Amino acid sequence: MVRVDGPVRPSVIYKDIPFTENVNGEATLTDMRYEAPETLDAAVGLLAEESGVARVFAGGTDVMVQIHLDLIEPDLIVDVKNIAEMREVVEEDGSWRIGAAVTGKELMDNAAFNAAWPGVMDGVRLIGSVQVRGRATVGGNLCNASPAADSVPPMIAADAVASVIGPNGRRDVSMADIVTGPGQTSLEDGEIVVSFRLPKRPANSGDAYLRFTPRSEMDIAVVGCGINLMLDDGGTCTAARVSLGAVAARPLLVDDAANALIGTKVGDDAMEALAAAASAACSPIDDKRGTIEYRTEVAGVLAQRTAVIALERAKS
Amino acid sequence: MGRAPSPFATKIPYEEKDLKIIGSNPTARGDAVDKVTGRARYAADVKLPGQLIGRVLRSPHARANILSIDMSEAEALPGVKAVVCRNDFPDMEVEHAASGELMVNFRDVTRNMMARENVLYDGHPVAAVAATSDAIAKQAMKLIKVEYEVLPHVIDVRDAMKPDAPVLHEDQFTKGVDPKPEKPSNIAARMESKLGDIDKGFQEAEIVIEREFNTKPVHQGYIEPQASIANYTEGGMAEVWTGTQGHFVFRAQIAKLLKMDMSKVKVIPTELGGGFGGKNNVYLEPLAVVLSKKSNRPVKMVMDRDEVFRATGPTSGTNVKVKMGCTKDGRITAAQAELNYQSGAYAGSSLPLATITVFTRYDLENVSVVGHDVTTNRPKVAAYRAPGAPMVAFGVETVVDEMARECGMDPIDFRLKNAAKEGTQTHFGPKLGPIGYIQTLERAREHAHLKEKLGPNQGRGVASGFWFTLGAETSATVNIGEDGTATLIFGTVDVTGGSRSAFAMIVAEELGIPFEKVRTMSGDTSALGFNFMTAGSRGTAAGSMAAVTASRKAIARMCEIAARKWEVEPDQVVWEDGRARPAGANVGDFEPMTVAELAKEASWFGGTIAGHAEINVAQGGPGFGTHVVDVEVDRRTGAVKILRYTLIQDAGKAVYPEFIEGQFQGGAVQGIGTALNEEYIYNDKGVLENPGFLDYRVPVASDVPFINTEIVEVPNPDHPYGIRGIGEVPIIPPLPAIANAIHDAVGVRLRDHPMSPPKVLKALRDNMIEEAAVQGTAAE
Repeated sequence: MVRVDGPVRPSVIYKDIPFTENVNGEATLTDMRYEAPETLDAAVGLLAEESGVARVFAGGTDVMVQIHLDLIEPDLIVDVKNIAEMREVVEEDGSWRIGAAVTGKELMDNAAFNAAWPGVMDGVRLIGSVQVRGRATVGGNLCNASPAADSVPPMIAADAVASVIGPNGRRDVSMADIVTGPGQTSLEDGEIVVSFRLPKRPANSGDAYLRFTPRSEMDIAVVGCGINLMLDDGGTCTAARVSLGAVAARPLLVDDAANALIGTKVGDDAMEALAAAASAACSPIDDKRGTIEYRTEVAGVLAQRTAVIALERAKS
Repeated sequence: MGRAPSPFATKIPYEEKDLKIIGSNPTARGDAVDKVTGRARYAADVKLPGQLIGRVLRSPHARANILSIDMSEAEALPGVKAVVCRNDFPDMEVEHAASGELMVNFRDVTRNMMARENVLYDGHPVAAVAATSDAIAKQAMKLIKVEYEVLPHVIDVRDAMKPDAPVLHEDQFTKGVDPKPEKPSNIAARMESKLGDIDKGFQEAEIVIEREFNTKPVHQGYIEPQASIANYTEGGMAEVWTGTQGHFVFRAQIAKLLKMDMSKVKVIPTELGGGFGGKNNVYLEPLAVVLSKKSNRPVKMVMDRDEVFRATGPTSGTNVKVKMGCTKDGRITAAQAELNYQSGAYAGSSLPLATITVFTRYDLENVSVVGHDVTTNRPKVAAYRAPGAPMVAFGVETVVDEMARECGMDPIDFRLKNAAKEGTQTHFGPKLGPIGYIQTLERAREHAHLKEKLGPNQGRGVASGFWFTLGAETSATVNIGEDGTATLIFGTVDVTGGSRSAFAMIVAEELGIPFEKVRTMSGDTSALGFNFMTAGSRGTAAGSMAAVTASRKAIARMCEIAARKWEVEPDQVVWEDGRARPAGANVGDFEPMTVAELAKEASWFGGTIAGHAEINVAQGGPGFGTHVVDVEVDRRTGAVKILRYTLIQDAGKAVYPEFIEGQFQGGAVQGIGTALNEEYIYNDKGVLENPGFLDYRVPVASDVPFINTEIVEVPNPDHPYGIRGIGEVPIIPPLPAIANAIHDAVGVRLRDHPMSPPKVLKALRDNMIEEAAVQGTAAE
């Protein structure tokens, strides 16, 4: 992202189209306004004042592409990367707070976080490519509101809570309640996701995320599955959260799938029940990335394979 | 293709001799450094003072009549300097010409670059704008009002052939049918090719297998989108910088389409960011010239990726029916095929090439091939590396695999038993000369790959491919500098990035000077005589014939200089080891002269040293290859993983073996992508749903293993160094080889392309149901 500082040049108005002149003295359309505030208050204020289309901008790996494809034409871009709280990764008594503008690469370089939440990192590691992860953020991955976002199901499975700020103050929202549909969130106008809090990791617990894509990399999940589970000393599952991506209009928290595991030793019968519950929860669409039939079936397969990894991690 | 071989075409007989440079792997590649550092200039890198940005307004409909176009608001927008539509281009009569491996019809070419009466596919150009900025050009496009009458459309080739299908062209009556059909249809042409007696062949067969195959159109996947910049001057001259596989052909087409003299159009080919046949056609060039003429400014146009997908030619989608018969001991007695090839919005698919390649690699007595060229509401197809051949190979090589299994024979042994060889009569005309197909099979059989053990759900597949090589018009100039270094100006666009290095090696070998002393560079249309496109694998094969011819003329000139200096006759001087020498002791005792010494004396003895070639190369030598692939199938997701891949091909003579290996590997990887995940996906409105590399899934590096390669060398007898074209064969076998490997792994035959996870999973499921039914019947 190139910083564009200073005031926007005066424009001529012609049929609502703003023009300026380029270095050759020729007409050219003005660019959108770009702001990079250093405080949350300033960011909230900028968004509140904007009457046109505004976009919060962190890594820009979705926003820039959408602008380039003419899908959006923002009047205002608010870059949140200069806001300190949004860039921190902090451990507090075993629980973690991750700034929403922390990049995937920064998280990958944080060994302690990787050890605590390997399943969340399974998802983060699958976002885009090396270059994309250098800029892309977990906050952006969530707020872009794709049902197929790779870091969202494991964050839902982890029971992460988002801290949201806006014109009416600050509130906590469960990760599972933010995305409401493709490109749609429950965020109010002018609200920004500031950070995520992940709970303290209990003993004998583990998480994992797997996705299915036709290509090995640089692809969008046809199905994604995040599972976080906890065992007692005897190896019986005492708690579990199962989240599916790309099989419905938004990432799902599937209680029936979790219940298939809770109270069992996660043996063959539990695995069968898990697959059935995962498939039953799917309400996907037929599209260029997969069919209803295929997504529904593979969701069950993937849930089982994810559970195997989560179980291994819980036991180790 | 499309022209008969000329009796005046050039053949230079193969000579076996010791080679100093050809066959080595020089490190100083001609193109590498500039490409790595970013200095290589592609069309989009060219900037001219005062240039405007051009944009194309495209149809959102698969098929519609254009009722009106109102450009007035766009023209009034500040910053807009020119707007053009159909009225700015002359209509063209029906006239056919070769454009790469496919034929074009100028009446269609002009309609394809700018719609006239109607739009025939999503993305069809309807207007173009030139403005002082890209943003203004985009804004102007929104102000152009186009009134459409939307009509029913047809996307799939089988649907388009149905009697009740919407007909794209009311004036299209199937050619090749006698008498002429009464009604127009989407079947533009019917082609037939026969050898022997097909009925007799099937009577002799003990095993007959008949199967139907369907393939989706696939994209060439070049990284560089089409880009052009045109400068039309007040003097009526046009200069065009563009990414092309054939600048001379583009010059001819621009001149024809804009009714200009060819001499007033200069086309400068820029570094090419991949072509694979996709840059054989003009799209932006004539629009940029007309926008430049109208605005009196240079106009630059660069397609976005979605424009590339929506509006430039992919390869044909096909429906192929194959029926073959053999004896129980594995001798093929009959080979029959029906080829239904989708050509896109206008007639002219790769059907003729599919017809040629369908069975050619087998020595057959009875062959019957019938083909249909079918128009549909998709972009006009273009060439794609061995155009037409991978789809028919999918059918034939899969049926051959089935026949081998029925006979209880190894698939390589079965192919060896039926392999084409020198003297084999092809069903389309010529007898084959010396070829290396049998050697590729024998080398495959001996390869270490075949000794690798396979695990559960893993399988091995084999398939072979054939491609002819074009010769055609080729020109080159060798200039000897005053310091004795050489510059080759070539006119066959270096689409691979390898032929310029191969040319340098060949000129160095001919002149007897080090490789580093030869520079090769591409010449624009004003620098050389006409060159046909780099297509049909001809780039290095044909280009090197011109380089040899030009080098030998420069050598003759150098011998003449030595003769004048020594005051002997030119035929008393010979060229050996990079020096002019007296032909024998009786000529006189003269010190041999090097290129540098001769260059110094050249002026006095008549002028600068140069050699030219303007030849029509007879043929580039047919190529054959055999591929072996191991796959693993995930039975629960249908995902296919490529475990191992080995490719063996006859190159005639490998000039620069590392580059040959790169060509082999690149072709195999494109073939793997084609086989597994690539397809154009249209919705029910006929709009392309995946116009980008995110959802048009070419493989990424981690999807493919290292591709093992082996080069067979059976010299092309009509080339002085024995070179054959090699670029296209490697993409032909992967599709069937992978299908055969999947069958070997999990027992199901995939006959619908692509073999993507949902299709494989469904095939596994259907197979389980079938097996259960068979067992149920058996139990009763």
